[in-house]
Amino acid sequence: MDVTTLTLIELRDALRAGTVTAVEATRAYLNRITAHDDAIGAYLTVDAEGALAQAAAIDAARAAGQPVGALAGVPMGLKDIFLTKGLRTTCASKVLEDFVPIYDATVVERLRAAGVVVIGKLNMDEFAMGSSTENSAFKKTHNPWDIERTPGGSSGGSSAAVAARLTPGTLGTDTGGSIRQPAALCGIVGLKPTWGRVSRFGVIAFASSLDQVGPMGRTVRDVALLEEVIAGYDPRDSTSSQREVPTGLADLPRGADLRGLRVGLPREYFPESGLDPQVSSAVYAAVEQLKALGAEVKPVSLPHSPLGVAAYYLVATAEASSNLARYDGVRYGHRAKADDLYGLYARSRGEGFGLEVKRRIMLGTFALSAGYYDAYYRKAGQVRTLILRDFEAAFSEVDVIATPTSPTTAFKLGERMDDPLQMYLADIFTISCNLAGLPGLSLPCGFDDRGLPIGLQLLGRAFDEPTLLRVGAAYEDATTWHTRAPAEPFVARAGGAA
Amino acid sequence: MSIDWEVVIGLEVHCQLLTREKLFCSCPTDFGAPINSNTCPICLGHPGVLPVLNAEAVEFAIRAGLALECEVRARSVFSRKHYFYPDLPKGYQITQYELPILEHGKLFIEPESGAARTIGITRIHMEEDAGKSIHMDTGATLVDLNRAGVPLIEIVSEPEMRSADDAVAYLKALHEVVRYLGVCDGNMEEGSFRCDANVSIRPRGQAKFGTRTEIKNMNTFRGVQRAIEYEISRHIEVIEGGGAIIQETRLWDEGAGRTRSMRGKEDAHDYRYFPEPDLPVLVLDPAQVERLRGTQPELPAAMRKRLVSDYGLSPYDAGVLTAEPVLARYFEAAVAAHRNPKAICNWVTSELLGRVSATAVGECSVTPHGLARLVALIDDATISGKIAKTVFERMMETGRAPDEIVEAEGLRQVTDTSAIEAIVRGVIEANPVQVSGYRSGKVGLKGFLVGQVMKQSGGKANPGLVNELLDRLLAEG
Amino acid sequence: MESARHLFDGDETVRRIARLARLELDDATLELLRRQLGDILGYVEQLDAVDTTGVEPLAAAGEQTRLREDGLRIALDPGAHVRNAPDHSTGAFRVPKVL
Repeated sequence: MDVTTLTLIELRDALRAGTVTAVEATRAYLNRITAHDDAIGAYLTVDAEGALAQAAAIDAARAAGQPVGALAGVPMGLKDIFLTKGLRTTCASKVLEDFVPIYDATVVERLRAAGVVVIGKLNMDEFAMGSSTENSAFKKTHNPWDIERTPGGSSGGSSAAVAARLTPGTLGTDTGGSIRQPAALCGIVGLKPTWGRVSRFGVIAFASSLDQVGPMGRTVRDVALLEEVIAGYDPRDSTSSQREVPTGLADLPRGADLRGLRVGLPREYFPESGLDPQVSSAVYAAVEQLKALGAEVKPVSLPHSPLGVAAYYLVATAEASSNLARYDGVRYGHRAKADDLYGLYARSRGEGFGLEVKRRIMLGTFALSAGYYDAYYRKAGQVRTLILRDFEAAFSEVDVIATPTSPTTAFKLGERMDDPLQMYLADIFTISCNLAGLPGLSLPCGFDDRGLPIGLQLLGRAFDEPTLLRVGAAYEDATTWHTRAPAEPFVARAGGAA
Repeated sequence: MSIDWEVVIGLEVHCQLLTREKLFCSCPTDFGAPINSNTCPICLGHPGVLPVLNAEAVEFAIRAGLALECEVRARSVFSRKHYFYPDLPKGYQITQYELPILEHGKLFIEPESGAARTIGITRIHMEEDAGKSIHMDTGATLVDLNRAGVPLIEIVSEPEMRSADDAVAYLKALHEVVRYLGVCDGNMEEGSFRCDANVSIRPRGQAKFGTRTEIKNMNTFRGVQRAIEYEISRHIEVIEGGGAIIQETRLWDEGAGRTRSMRGKEDAHDYRYFPEPDLPVLVLDPAQVERLRGTQPELPAAMRKRLVSDYGLSPYDAGVLTAEPVLARYFEAAVAAHRNPKAICNWVTSELLGRVSATAVGECSVTPHGLARLVALIDDATISGKIAKTVFERMMETGRAPDEIVEAEGLRQVTDTSAIEAIVRGVIEANPVQVSGYRSGKVGLKGFLVGQVMKQSGGKANPGLVNELLDRLLAEG
Repeated sequence: MESARHLFDGDETVRRIARLARLELDDATLELLRRQLGDILGYVEQLDAVDTTGVEPLAAAGEQTRLREDGLRIALDPGAHVRNAPDHSTGAFRVPKVL
């Protein structure tokens, strides 16, 4: 049996049943990384020794009859934005190239407590700023469906690793679409929970009011299982919610219908231009499938959503300029040679940050600077309120909203690097959900004529992840998109120009 | 023709709160810990950390605000204030900007010169302190972050002070309030009570304010007085000399006795405030505020009034006793044990404060209860006032209870008439010259005879009895 | 509000912001960012058309802050606070002279 073909839930069950040990599972994934990660480039750090030791400890505990966690023995690579005590965490930035955290993120603590074996750290856009993972200071990650293409971003190492079976499931972070867009582009499932649902403590901050941690996996139920492990109140995060975490979503009954469910289709998310017709027809087909399962579909309007990108790039950059002020080369991180303090700061930061990070720090610093705060940051905050009101109005009529996750399938590496605005528009359908703090789920809903995956996005009410997961599971049970895997060895696909 | 200048002063005072833990993390706040030992990833500004607001700090801030008659905001907001400096780990300070926790307060002052009156308090906000930079002779700077994240309140006055005396009176009154509340230790030299002064002048009668300068780095009340006086004369000199005051921050140089411009040190500040997204709005429950209001300790001004009206002390003595919270507590504890406030006041102000400083009475070997007992022994005529001084000395030396000392050393007052009469007769016999002098009208000589009797009794004879017996026996002649 | 994108017509603003953000940039990067920031601000101008009169900004979609009682200390291993420090001495972080 190749354990890497198992879903997360299947692997968990095999570990519980004793048909596979933690060490075997860990070794299988490490071997696969050795064999395939040269082509994919998902991992920035692999901790084979540490992982095998953790796995052996779990096997020993299980053999001794000691209680073990819900995911005991599951190996997992994690986005390099999550602090892992003692294991280098770079955020894909030269600034943190040699940074070894002195504490674990709360979500890492929770995974470890559940028995997850951390096997390494996954590539991403530097400080999660990007939509293609090309902004990593260290390496490019390739889409397993076509290695000349992007896996999306910023959690591109995570999406590529799940799609290429280099991890059975994982966590990403989503500030403007960084879980859902790469999930869509790699043909996997990604959940961006409600802001406040999952602790952000120990997660390197990009834009605090938008950042949210969420699970990524091969199936909706895998994602539900991970969500249950990581979600819930954390006294170290003042913004984390005390609402109870629903349980049992990983065990949703198979083949359920969706009678009584109202699905909204927002016209603003199906524009005449800027949306790949193959993507829109796959999403419409998915909506037909939901109808076939008994859902009622009605049009809704989210009139302020088209302003999302503009508002987002002010809010996110302003907060980023602040969150990244701590990288000064004094207490940790890259430090340039300098004779004076100003030089120490400006040169360390000038050398340490990549171009996209600098661009955003510059924009955010400007947006907060004297005389512009009201016109930019405050105005963007007001537009957020309008966007949230749109959603609230829509959710008084429907239970979920269905849209494309990304306007296109995976684009070619390098294609958008010179045009930041064009790159920013890759998040046009995912951003409003972050601005409003709502949950969003992306799941596979088809392939284009190049064989590249297409993602369906479902948006829900605040803290109504259960409905998103229930709808997603019902859709998944009725379709087979999620069962397809990219061909190996991973290569470039012949096919038309970008 | 000289212009009649009116001085305008506003003060910004930073008080370090005496909480057990820092404002946004659970590191201890004790002073003098080894470098960087009171730190954790949060106050070190490590990646991924988040602030969680200390409940005790909020309570202390509210207590200060209530004492200064502020309105407590039901909803207040934290913001980030950005600047780069090695002792500011995150590159921003979490502070309150647009919506502070407390507003619109006032403080009564009685300046040395000028009229006693109320000074308005614009606002009080909460914020975190920065760390400390230690500048080495080698040219390097060392950074210690033990202080980074310690809670502060900043108390901002209205520009309603009109002289350095006003400013010092305000500062002393404020100092007293925060120390009475126990929310701040008030140590100016260690920087737990810091004052910045905004100073400007304008021709009397003019409504518009003149250009102000901000003075920093004053570490004593005297320094505040001198710095403001210096700055006022500088403003007058510059303006009367045809120049103009530049709005700037100036550092007080205690040694040189002048203020210096900080100009050119940093480019213009642009703090880029915005609401702290990691801290939701602080919502205060009115019931909690009322609970705090109901348990506020008595403030010095109220206590002084009470000491005068209830205990009959002089305003001067009431002022001495309330100058230090620990002294006031000492006095109250002693009075609670033996209700003779006037006598206890005398013992405290003359004997106790003659030997220990007001701030140290808490550690003194004479406890409030011991002192009360001593006064009680005088009041019930067990010992004389004179012997009491000896007993007090012993108490200071040994820390023993007065009753114990009196018994052990046989200091109990002699009230046995026959014993005293024997001594009196002996003294009359031994001093015929003084006795006849007295009898011939030199009544002042009686004091001499009393002294002799007391001496022979080892100070233990009851002075009333001695007088009575002397009068009788001398009259018998 | 008058358009701010013209502030990026010359390089004065971009230089001022780079200084404020403590980012040392070479001339080519400065020029690239000058142009791109101007473009992005042009794109962002679409917000000006939205009437937000009386609308409270949504800073963060959070509830009210929860106060911390004592005892959430993160215990560090000895010396951990300077473990990642590029330059330190006697437990303190060392930086060049502060002028």
